[in-house]
Amino acid sequence: MSNAASPEQRIYTSLRTFDFPELKLENGEVLNEVRIAYETYGELNSARSNAILIAHAFSGDAHAAFYHDGESRPGWWDSMIGPGKAFDTNRYFVICSNVIGGCAGSTGPSSINPATGAPYALDFPQITIKDMVNAQKLLVEHLGIEKLYSIAGGSMGGMQVLQWLVSYPYTVKSAIPIATTARHSPQQIAFNEVGRQAIMADPNWNGGNYYGREIPRAGLSVARMIGHITYMSDKSMAEKFGRRTKPDQEPTKFHADFEVEGYLRNRGDFFVRRFDANSYLYISKAMDLFDVSEGRPLSEKFYELEAKLLVLAFKSDWLYPAYQSLEIVSACKIAGVPVTYLEIEAHYGHDSFLVETETQSRLVKNFLARVDAAE
Amino acid sequence: MPPNNMELPIVELQTERIDYRIILTLVAPKSRVLDMGCGDGELLYLLNKNLETRSQGIEIDHEQIMQCVERGINVLLGDLDSGLTDFKDNSFDYVILNNALQELRYPDDVIKDALRVGKNLIVGFPNFAYYKARLQFFLSGRTPVTPSLPFAWYESPNLHLLTIEDFKAYCAERGFRILSERYVRNQKEIRFRPNLLAQWGIFLITR
Repeated sequence: MSNAASPEQRIYTSLRTFDFPELKLENGEVLNEVRIAYETYGELNSARSNAILIAHAFSGDAHAAFYHDGESRPGWWDSMIGPGKAFDTNRYFVICSNVIGGCAGSTGPSSINPATGAPYALDFPQITIKDMVNAQKLLVEHLGIEKLYSIAGGSMGGMQVLQWLVSYPYTVKSAIPIATTARHSPQQIAFNEVGRQAIMADPNWNGGNYYGREIPRAGLSVARMIGHITYMSDKSMAEKFGRRTKPDQEPTKFHADFEVEGYLRNRGDFFVRRFDANSYLYISKAMDLFDVSEGRPLSEKFYELEAKLLVLAFKSDWLYPAYQSLEIVSACKIAGVPVTYLEIEAHYGHDSFLVETETQSRLVKNFLARVDAAE
Repeated sequence: MPPNNMELPIVELQTERIDYRIILTLVAPKSRVLDMGCGDGELLYLLNKNLETRSQGIEIDHEQIMQCVERGINVLLGDLDSGLTDFKDNSFDYVILNNALQELRYPDDVIKDALRVGKNLIVGFPNFAYYKARLQFFLSGRTPVTPSLPFAWYESPNLHLLTIEDFKAYCAERGFRILSERYVRNQKEIRFRPNLLAQWGIFLITR
């Protein structure tokens, strides 16, 4: 994905945390003793006017760029964030935080419930994209920032971008929703539901109570395998695997004959080591519940916007097809919001927003440079 | 809205293109402008810089869109025959359709829709009745190829070639008022017998 920097070129970063007493949730419940894990890159200027918030996708985390001590791989969007890159850390102060409900440092179902002293598991309240954004708003305020220069993200990150625009229209100067949607389609909900069913069908899931015991490895792994299929395109899979078979075959029936099978199993196994099954359930449900305009036309929510938008879709993305981005564009046209839209010719499917960096970098960099320019 | 004729000083007129220079005199300062087929965004950039317009472009070519973004122009990927969908009535003071009319599949529909979303429409197109085109057709019996109509029939993007008199008659038929008509030959403005002598016509029309 991102070209690994040689050890002497690496910029190191580490996870920071922000704790606050409570977060009122969309469903009326209150989450107590909340922690947000976040990272920042670059320097906040004295006017506090150069902050950009990056919102991560479903299985992402706060580690968007640079290196952690002792790690050989940089953050998930390191190809886009850094000195001279699209989100140029010589110019901008870039923030990325782990979402509420996550499992990479922020409060989620695997966190200790202060009321019981045990992990929340399914006692964790159903959080929403709006709750994630409200928590981010508290973090941004905590960092002393009143107005964001920009907010950007792909997939579920793009949903958070849209929610920011609707929830806090006066605090955002520009926004870059990428490969995303204003609401999940039945097809998107369906794929998420299969993932959830795979997890819940695993006996080790045990009604969500598996902390400190055997985890639902098989179920979570299958969920991730389904996810990976939807993130790629027919073409990118054909290019990556063809019908090549795996040389190292185990002497069992239904072993991984093909490279694509081995790849999916590897991705599943790898995912299980870093991701919590209950977080999978909660966050995927938050995506399904998301409807940024709450059943109303999206344009109604855009009239107050002061931001200009860069909306990006990818031609081969069948999970978040371009028509969903065009709905965002439509709302901008109706509401008179200045908008730039491109459907980028990349063939990596939904993964394009992480993998295709050439066109994206050029667009994002130039768009950001002109946020303050007259229209 | 009458042409402004230099109410704002033109500060950055770094263009040789006579059509852009003319359009700059047709647009009132601080107005909202939509350029259909905005290309690399140079015209909108000039308008924004010189007349403080608020602009939006529509363009089909990806590389041109990249250049628009480099210039800070808001631009949408879209084709002109359907690009105006969703814009509300009177969203713009001016819609510009420069050197695109002849390439449209449904020019009549697009012009009507442009005059729905825009209060004024600026249309620039090559004049098919330019005398050299007439001569070529008359003398050789071949489809004319001229500097303003540079394509052989098999590679031309032009679907609907028209003349200056055609466009005037069309406006009369549709009840559109012509507020300004400007003509170009060899990169210079002319006034005399435009249907015969002009390579380009640029019109400012309104409902």
